[in-house]
Amino acid sequence: MVLETAGRSPKTVRDPLVIAGHTFGSRLITGTGGAPSLRVLEDALVTSGTEMTTVALRRVAPGPAGSVWDVLHRNGIRPLPNTAGCFTAAEALRTARLAREALETDWIKLEVVADEHTLLPDPVELLDAAEQLVDDGFTVLPYTNDDPVLARRLEQLGCAAVMPLGAPIGSGLGIRNPHNIELIVEQAEVPVIIDAGIGTASEAALAMELGCDAVLLATAVTRAQDPVLMAAAMRDAVRAGRAARLAGRIPVRRYAQASSPALD
Amino acid sequence: MNVIINGERRDVAPRTTVADIVRSLTDAAGGIAVAVNDHVVPKADWAETLITENDRVDVLTAVQGG
Repeated sequence: MVLETAGRSPKTVRDPLVIAGHTFGSRLITGTGGAPSLRVLEDALVTSGTEMTTVALRRVAPGPAGSVWDVLHRNGIRPLPNTAGCFTAAEALRTARLAREALETDWIKLEVVADEHTLLPDPVELLDAAEQLVDDGFTVLPYTNDDPVLARRLEQLGCAAVMPLGAPIGSGLGIRNPHNIELIVEQAEVPVIIDAGIGTASEAALAMELGCDAVLLATAVTRAQDPVLMAAAMRDAVRAGRAARLAGRIPVRRYAQASSPALD
Repeated sequence: MNVIINGERRDVAPRTTVADIVRSLTDAAGGIAVAVNDHVVPKADWAETLITENDRVDVLTAVQGG
């Protein structure tokens, strides 16, 4: 299946996702927060087919053996450390530098949020942090608002992708402003990854139908009643949404258009 | 010698290194980072980096999140 797009090479459903020169066969990026156990998390991650998943960085605490780092390592899943919990650019920089040391990657999911209540990105601190991290050699994947102007500014600063929210983190509200997501997709020259808000498979499919290059979700899988089954649903939804986008949907009409010939 | 390790005040012996503190907290082979007074100490320097009185030492690791 091939879709010709003006000025670009044809796209196919088998095209890999390319971020900062690194290719991924799966367009589903997962998180690890909220899983009931490491065993369930591992089963869900493997079922989802994801090749990259986010982790947070926290103080070492005494606890049972086994770690999320081990789970990712033995399944060949690339860790994407985040700066969750940071409210200022300075905090995000400190966390990113520690993550680079701990996980031996200069990729960072940049989160700089404004308040605990909404966890919405703080645009001023986000831009400041993104600029400093890019200057420091990081591959920056910023969690951002569904604001086309902010997304453009992040891309201009040198971010490797832009990751607009569909809705607040963990809310499961889906994609609240599909029009803005389309605007972000239209202008972006870097991958657009919907990040946060996805609650169920149809919403992941919608993100891809809107033209997003990938979907990042955690809660929708880890807090589902059956995380492993939901991981499979999300895997299939992302593939289906991508195929539908490339296939080119029919225009929406106000009235019926008969799909059978008229009676003789 | 008084220091703060992961937010808790602790008494450690003189000439304690970053590597000693990491070993006291975890036996994990990888995925650990250390900051002393908010400055990252690269793993290669742990064994030679001495802790001094009132240092704040943070030992961090990857956890489920995001």
